[in-house]
Amino acid sequence: MFGVWVIKEALVAILELKGLGKNFGKNVAVNEIEMSVEEGEIRGLIGPNGSGKTTLFNIISGFLKPTRGMIIWQGQEITGLPPHVVTRLGLVRTFQLTALFSEMTVMQNVVISCHIHTGTTLWQQFRHSAETRRKERETEEKALNLLESMGIADRKDEIAAQLPHGHQAALGIANALATGPKMILLDEPVGGMNPTETSETMDRIKMLRDRGITVFLVEHDMRAVMTTCDKITCINFGNKIAEGAPQMVCNHREVVEAYLGEEMACSL
Amino acid sequence: MVVAPFTISGYKVDFLTMLMVNVILAVSFRVITTTGGWSLAHVPMMGAGAYATALISGKLGIPFWFSMPLAGLAAGLTGLAISYPLVRTKDFSFFVASFAAGEAIRLCWIRFKIPFGGHRGLGVPIPELISGVPALDFAEAIPYYFLTLVVTIICLSLMYRLDNSRIGDSMKAVQSQEALAKSVGINADGYKMLAFFIGSFFAGIAGVLLAHRLWAIEPHQFGFTTTLYLLVWVVFGGSHTFAGPIIGVVVLTILGEVLRPLADWVPMVYGIIIILTLIFLPGGLESLPSRLGSSAGKTWKIRISFGD
Repeated sequence: MFGVWVIKEALVAILELKGLGKNFGKNVAVNEIEMSVEEGEIRGLIGPNGSGKTTLFNIISGFLKPTRGMIIWQGQEITGLPPHVVTRLGLVRTFQLTALFSEMTVMQNVVISCHIHTGTTLWQQFRHSAETRRKERETEEKALNLLESMGIADRKDEIAAQLPHGHQAALGIANALATGPKMILLDEPVGGMNPTETSETMDRIKMLRDRGITVFLVEHDMRAVMTTCDKITCINFGNKIAEGAPQMVCNHREVVEAYLGEEMACSL
Repeated sequence: MVVAPFTISGYKVDFLTMLMVNVILAVSFRVITTTGGWSLAHVPMMGAGAYATALISGKLGIPFWFSMPLAGLAAGLTGLAISYPLVRTKDFSFFVASFAAGEAIRLCWIRFKIPFGGHRGLGVPIPELISGVPALDFAEAIPYYFLTLVVTIICLSLMYRLDNSRIGDSMKAVQSQEALAKSVGINADGYKMLAFFIGSFFAGIAGVLLAHRLWAIEPHQFGFTTTLYLLVWVVFGGSHTFAGPIIGVVVLTILGEVLRPLADWVPMVYGIIIILTLIFLPGGLESLPSRLGSSAGKTWKIRISFGD
């Protein structure tokens, strides 16, 4: 029984980081990170401000090149590939403070994000033949379905910048989903949200997992992280200091000292 | 537009011809600005088209009808070449780098007397379709006006189509949020380079039309003063909609013509216009209708938009 579990565990690592490090000049932002994320889990990444969480996300998604180490995505090395290529391989990220195509409508946002799956060449897009129009209509239907699943279909014609914060977050996730990912990196998905918006967003994130999408998220809202994540990794000064089930991590001595503080750890 | 040239003087016909050349230039500039870069090398791209046609049709003797697309292609490839380093720069460094790239190209024309003719520039032959037919004598103002009109309509409809296609949407997405665009799988640098190629191609076509009307070109025509005028047109008209730069060129060129007796004052008037625009109408003239009210805006939009 135990043996089977180990083999299963070994097979389903979707993302592996091996000795990943990044220096900015003399500063070591990320130092020899070893970790693996399993398919279908919700993984949380926590740590104090400036501990290298966002840097790590930027490296995985291809926005920064690591100084050393490897990123293995589904058994294939993707270290140093540009972001749009990483996305096409099924690994997509979102941004802090919900980056959107803010002057476009909700619908246009998702249609553009479906871009890579429309399956038309630049010339076809320019000629705009009946065939292309049909494909574009299909894309619009797909986009509408996505908006429905995120619960914001009724707002499809509104300008993205004018949505309330919670809906902007939902649109940010819809944009990421539109690329057809196997895994989503969420950078502070509930940052700056009120409790209602937070719980709605966390429900959406669980829904992603139920659709078979692996989630890897950075978040400071510990309650949200504790109740949603299957497993948590904590980093400090670019080093991994703990990893495991939420309850285990938040009672971990180093995590409490570096990040949570005594009171917080007891209240969780 | 069709009847006008027969009712006015030859000088005014040429004025309208040049106006259309500038319209192509401003709209082609907007192709590049849709991806977010306000290139200061766009007028030299027009120059690249002009020089290319001077060499292709003048020195090699290839007919105008072939040299026009070839010269456009030459300008497009020049744009593509300078875009490779330029897309790796941002904001202020982009301005400086694009200015430097444009000046470098212009200095090549001055420096290399063979084949570019140095300060004196090059002569450009008059296009011929069928020689001996007076109605098709493109040395005359009116036939050339119609030639320009046809080319302008073709160029504008191609660029309008581009702007309203998915390609245009992707370019706007790159401008709106470059990091997000990349992360949803858009090859941002690729689209920027494509925009440079297409924008420079049409700027090159504008240069061809300019060169074959002036019969001679020299490097100073494509200097920074012209670039400044281009920027003023596009800022004044606005670059958000397709019609914005067209409105900017048309209004300001006509204004410049009305103020002709005060020619020395025109740059100052332009300066005041640009300051007032940036303070009171930062979206340019195109944003005026939506500011005046949505219902009025709609009728205005229908009137100025082009058929697909």
